Amino acid sequence: MTSQVSSPAEHADEADETGETLVGGQRRPPGEKEVRQLDRVIIRFAGDSGDGMQLTGDRFTSETASYGNDLSTLPNFPAEIRAPAGTLPGVSSFQVHFADHDILTPGDAPHVLVAMNPAALKANIADVPRGGEVIVNTDEFAKRAMVKVGYETSPLEDGSLDGYSVHPVPLTTLTIEALKEFGLSRKEAERSKNMFALGLLSWMYHRPTEGTEKFLRTKFARKPEIAEANVAAFRAGWNFGETTEDFAVSYEVAPADTAFPTGTYRNISGNLALSYGLIAASRQADLPLYLGSYPITPASDILHELSRHKNFGVRTFQAEDEIAGIGAALGAAFGGSLAVTTTSGPGVALKSETIGLAVSLELPLLVVDIQRGGPSTGLPTKTEQADLLQAMYGRNGEAPVPVVAPRTPADCFDAALDAARIALTYRTPVLLLSDGYLANGSEPWRIPDLDELPDLRTQFATGPNHTLDDGTEVFWPYKRDPQTLARPWAVPGTPGLEHRIGGIEKQDGSGNISYDPANHDLMVRTRQAKIDGIEVADLEVDDPDGARTLVLGWGSTYGPITAAVRRIRREGGAVAQAHLRHLNPFPRNLGEVLGRYDKVVVPEMNLGQLATLIRARFLVDARSYNQVNGMPFKAEQLAAALKEAIDD
Amino acid sequence: MTETASTLLSLVPKAEAKQSMKDFKSDQEVRWCPGCGDYAILAAVQGFMPDLGLAKENIVFVSGIGCSSRFPYYMNTYGMHSIHGRAPAIATGLASSRRDLSVWVVTGDGDALSIGGNHLIHALRRNVNLKILLFNNRIYGLTKGQYSPTSELGKITKSTPMGSLDAPFNPVSLAIGAEASFVARTIDSDRKHLTEVLRAAADHPGTALVEIYQNCNIFNDGAFEALKDKEQAEEAVIRLEHGQPIRFGVGGSKGVVRDPATGDLKVVAVTAENESQILVHDAHSASPTTAFALSRLADPDTLHQTPIGVLRSVERPVYDTLMADQLDAAIEQNGKGDLGALLAGSDTWTVVG
Repeated sequence: MTSQVSSPAEHADEADETGETLVGGQRRPPGEKEVRQLDRVIIRFAGDSGDGMQLTGDRFTSETASYGNDLSTLPNFPAEIRAPAGTLPGVSSFQVHFADHDILTPGDAPHVLVAMNPAALKANIADVPRGGEVIVNTDEFAKRAMVKVGYETSPLEDGSLDGYSVHPVPLTTLTIEALKEFGLSRKEAERSKNMFALGLLSWMYHRPTEGTEKFLRTKFARKPEIAEANVAAFRAGWNFGETTEDFAVSYEVAPADTAFPTGTYRNISGNLALSYGLIAASRQADLPLYLGSYPITPASDILHELSRHKNFGVRTFQAEDEIAGIGAALGAAFGGSLAVTTTSGPGVALKSETIGLAVSLELPLLVVDIQRGGPSTGLPTKTEQADLLQAMYGRNGEAPVPVVAPRTPADCFDAALDAARIALTYRTPVLLLSDGYLANGSEPWRIPDLDELPDLRTQFATGPNHTLDDGTEVFWPYKRDPQTLARPWAVPGTPGLEHRIGGIEKQDGSGNISYDPANHDLMVRTRQAKIDGIEVADLEVDDPDGARTLVLGWGSTYGPITAAVRRIRREGGAVAQAHLRHLNPFPRNLGEVLGRYDKVVVPEMNLGQLATLIRARFLVDARSYNQVNGMPFKAEQLAAALKEAIDD
Repeated sequence: MTETASTLLSLVPKAEAKQSMKDFKSDQEVRWCPGCGDYAILAAVQGFMPDLGLAKENIVFVSGIGCSSRFPYYMNTYGMHSIHGRAPAIATGLASSRRDLSVWVVTGDGDALSIGGNHLIHALRRNVNLKILLFNNRIYGLTKGQYSPTSELGKITKSTPMGSLDAPFNPVSLAIGAEASFVARTIDSDRKHLTEVLRAAADHPGTALVEIYQNCNIFNDGAFEALKDKEQAEEAVIRLEHGQPIRFGVGGSKGVVRDPATGDLKVVAVTAENESQILVHDAHSASPTTAFALSRLADPDTLHQTPIGVLRSVERPVYDTLMADQLDAAIEQNGKGDLGALLAGSDTWTVVG
């Protein structure tokens, strides 16, 4: 770990003089320009929602990943597909933080802002500290476009950007010029301006370029002229950086080799990692994967991804609604599939009754909730952690459901496997709580060896499991495993095990309908005991200094909380950190851990849902620190809040 | 790709030994009200199941909520009594993941057409390999007597003391409109007809919807009396048989013809002159137009001129077959999935210790 807070200028005078043109795949320009070493950089690409900023950010990220930096990304886009052009609500941005060391967040403030139009500048400039670099597409700074977002005078000329290092670049004109020979219309040629910008930034940071060229040729395989135009724009951007005097310096950020354990790595987003986790779980359980789903932001990418892998025996069913999505999954679970439904908060609300049925049927089922801002439609493209209590309690009756939460994009892979383990072992629906930040954000992931993956194989019932008083051998669908309290999974097609299950209360053991009061009391308590008894790993506490304050988090706040904790420790403060993967049941040692500390602080992107659970369960005076603005915590703010709590 | 009935059914294993009605009776006590039409339907289903010759462990009954939805508990097959309206969705997941199963949905007019209307129409349009038995008693029984989406306009019930304001659904028309490939109607008390229709449904590849008029003797007794009473029935019931002229009434005195002026169907008294113009029933017609027109002949209040039998039975691609074909095609095109290759992707880098 080097400095989390260093500015890009920190090593600015360490000019590299080795003179090599290639460093581990890094592409260094051959020219005479000065090259400086940085330990980390945060870049934000911002433009109109039609400008292709997400693609630009994705490509820059891929280049960065293939070079071996540690990285973390934060895509941020409006819910509208094409919000009115040139307006503040229409601004789409992509922030990427990359470093030569281990980093945890997409970064608080960008060192470099690429603003494709006045709206992008206006919406983002406040986040850039003075001294930061601002690359603006001057072609879009016409009077009308500036007035539209409230600039009365041009910010490029009125001194309002004094203190920033501004690079005015006529990106649109240069792109059109570069593509003259392609015979494209002006409008078509303009579209490649994001690739010009990408080329320029790739030059500035010595990113490898082969990947992007290959990507463009694959993406536009059916339109080779468009592919070549984009490649040409990308190269023109690179060459522009190399030749123009405005860009006097380029930068290197060395690979983060020492930050990573040995292994083969790739970059991965949360939704992709989660999709792969589900496919891996299916293989490890030796059960076919069945997804029943209805499109919803920000979960749809899992449906898209799984739909591409039918050669793994994956069945994906795009249902008529959220209820049918989970209904079909439950039907497939009855038939012996590893069944999954994917959704976001509003979808969980619609699925509640079926989750309750799955609790009653005691069938394995994964319910994946990619949380977004709520209530109701809320903020579809923004992140939030406010479905925790819905996951815990959002059903009629006593309907306990295990809750598992990944902490980083790559961790979504392991969390999916863990959720599958619980579902299959205990024959229960499991809620997997990811969120928009994890779903769309990405980071390097050490690709696991297949033999590292857990064995998730489970046994179907094959014969009678009970002897009646008269000696008859029968099958009892609710006769439980004494250790796990799981009931047998007898799938249709198994001779002699024909049985009926349903949502009406069942007699313990036989599973026949029973309205007996004592039996209902027993069944409610047994279902609860089964969930309470699920084996989960003990909570690990990171506390090198014997702190008196514990910061406890869950889910996607892991990165920002850990970054904040590092800041505090670097400044000599003492704080302990623990992060929950299992929200239900809690780790066995959680109460004991909480009892060790004078103060417990719980940062959450909601109004204190975990804090509520902790207070109720352990009678601990947990303090909440909350943010519900649709964005992840910033490490600096969080560190200040934690410090306040420590010093209080 | 269309799959024939025989190839689809062949995916379901056959019973090793001859089965009897007794084999399909579960050990659970049947708890419908005495005199309920459901008993007759249960007996007919248990009675005809052995004829199918399918291994009973490969038969599954899925239901929703309502009186009819208790049905699976009484069948000694696999079964699931689920939640209100959702049985077609649950059965879709089961049928599309297990083509070796014969999956039956038992539902009622409230379950299928009110709370579960969406799932019903989508199951029908997808043509999932499901057999849906819709017990229509034109009333809510389990909640003790509110009007249902098939109750006649103006019906006086506990929730509509001044008469219901809702125009009813005609389930057969609805199903035809929802692109159903098999639609039939039958009556609980006509065991022979009921059994024939069930057998035709069982043989159908894809979704088969069978509307069964079922008497609720507690809350809507006699709702179908016009179709059951010997004297009235001849005038009220139009028995459809594929390939036969559509005639009914005493001695076949009435028939259905196409009105050349409007293209619609109408009922005429059969004469020597018009006998040749009597419509011949074609259940397999590619166009649903005539089947729909037939379904509209019934008077929603009196039920006079109610067609029963198989209104429509056409073969079109079955959802679960197409889904399985895509899995096969994916393996053919890309090879069997290789998890290691998938996880690695194309852009990797290696960190050496």
